[in-house]
Amino acid sequence: MNIFVCLKQVPARDSVIRVDAAGSWIEEPNLSHEMNEPDAFALEEGLRLKEKHGGEVVTVSAGPARAASTIREALAKGADRGILIEDDRFTDVDTLATARALAAALKKESCDLILTGLQSDDAGFGQTGVILAELLGLPHATIIMEVNVQEGAISVKRELEAGWFQNVDIPLPALLTIQSGINKLRYATLMGIKKAKNKPLQRYSPDELGADLTPSQIIRRLYTPQKTKGTQFLEGSPQEAAAKLAEKLKFEACVL
Amino acid sequence: MSVLVVTEQRAGKWHKMSWEALAAGQQVAEALGTEVSVAVLGSSIDPSGTDSLAQELAGNQVSRVLTVQHELLEDYTPDGYASALRQVIEKISPRLVLFPHTYQVRDFGPKLATSLNRPFLSDAIAVRVEKGELVFVRPLFQGKMNADVSLAGDPPYFASIQSGAFRPDSLKKSETAALIESVAVSLEGAEIRTRPGEWFRESKGEVDLSSAEIIVSVGRGIKDPQNIPLAEELAKALGGEIGASRPICDNGWLPLDRQVGSSGQTVSPKLYLALGISGAIQHVVGMKGSKTIAAINQDSSAPIFEIADYGIVGDLFEVVPALTEAIKQAKEE
Repeated sequence: MNIFVCLKQVPARDSVIRVDAAGSWIEEPNLSHEMNEPDAFALEEGLRLKEKHGGEVVTVSAGPARAASTIREALAKGADRGILIEDDRFTDVDTLATARALAAALKKESCDLILTGLQSDDAGFGQTGVILAELLGLPHATIIMEVNVQEGAISVKRELEAGWFQNVDIPLPALLTIQSGINKLRYATLMGIKKAKNKPLQRYSPDELGADLTPSQIIRRLYTPQKTKGTQFLEGSPQEAAAKLAEKLKFEACVL
Repeated sequence: MSVLVVTEQRAGKWHKMSWEALAAGQQVAEALGTEVSVAVLGSSIDPSGTDSLAQELAGNQVSRVLTVQHELLEDYTPDGYASALRQVIEKISPRLVLFPHTYQVRDFGPKLATSLNRPFLSDAIAVRVEKGELVFVRPLFQGKMNADVSLAGDPPYFASIQSGAFRPDSLKKSETAALIESVAVSLEGAEIRTRPGEWFRESKGEVDLSSAEIIVSVGRGIKDPQNIPLAEELAKALGGEIGASRPICDNGWLPLDRQVGSSGQTVSPKLYLALGISGAIQHVVGMKGSKTIAAINQDSSAPIFEIADYGIVGDLFEVVPALTEAIKQAKEE
């Protein structure tokens, strides 16, 4: 089975995010980056499916040059090769443009199964996978918690709202967006990291692929949300702050 | 060039977020100086105009109610719903199509928009009209930022409305029922490629957090499963239940039935105490109805503080044991 996993590199989870001078995106230079967490679960699922059913795991990313390190990380964990569509504009371009670039690269390949994380931890649109499936003419299912492969088809467990689930049968080729927590992530081994250096990483520019990066969703202004409640911050040592909170809960909120 | 609101129902029961999307539709249509129509899809929607769901919609200030009935719309499928709605949109040419930001809409909304070569703005928490142009507000970076976003190109524009952004009680009712109109769509069995199964629930002996009066909830900040008892002791001192954000349950540190948020339970206790929870929107939608919210977090810019009544910026491993003691003492006094 030829499995393609789409990966996004995003600012590290605990990053302090600041708005840039133009006021329309974040200050990038001092940020550290990591693999988008839901994508890490998609990668792990791809690796497990390959181990069970054979084939190849190829990771694909659309991002600036630094995104190559996220692909290398995936190769170190066991992916066979990587594809990077490289352009600085991918940091803040919208989902439709990103998906068009991914689709252009994937059209050159023979895919049985495409996996993405269900959303990114930065922009959080949660739709690149769905758009990609439509652009490639593939059926899809989202927020997947389990994948079972049958002959020429798969059965997946889809998460619904409020604790409900549903099984869905889908013919292959297909695209799935993977929910965090579907599996347990592996770490790269030293041997894996060594091997990754010699695994192929194909680079494209959007131009080579004929992909148009004109955004259709335009961020006019980025800003820190206004607090809707006047939060009372309780200060002092941990003991002092805790004592103040206990008092507030007893006399103001009346919950004790 | 009207506004079209697409509602969500299953087996004759509304998804409650439909009303919030309709309230948004009414307000945006007014700002645009246009009309709002509302659509309901399903296999058992009676096209004659006597359907009870359609009549319920018709009691609101809308220009018309569109019923979309087809036997292949019985169980939701992305292929079926996207195809049916594409036909509706091609017939009535709306300027803006609004959806509730449900899991189902996330599954087919972007597909529908893409098939018409249009973008889909997901997760809007506000919509306004500036010089005749639509401007949407949506959260980014796990709620740490908001962005004003506009959509380029020609209509139709597509957007989904996040839970809690528009109040269902702001819906404008109408004394005269709106016109109910059936829109015929053609669907072929062969174009529906996925086979959906029955809905099911997994956990047995489920904990019902929705009736808890006090919930102490833990997030990533708890760092290690060995630290969970810290929170449990606090919950015990308060006489409350323990809850968690998604990553904690994903890691198996607490069972799934303790999960609060869009994929878990929706709660509204008297007190919700969030320990090391940043406040991503998926969590917040499940607990923001709580009467009092207190949060302890190391990061003073964590979005949880936007909705908290009381906040302590600090190390929860120091604050929580102190709080447990302080609560015990306050209860004795």
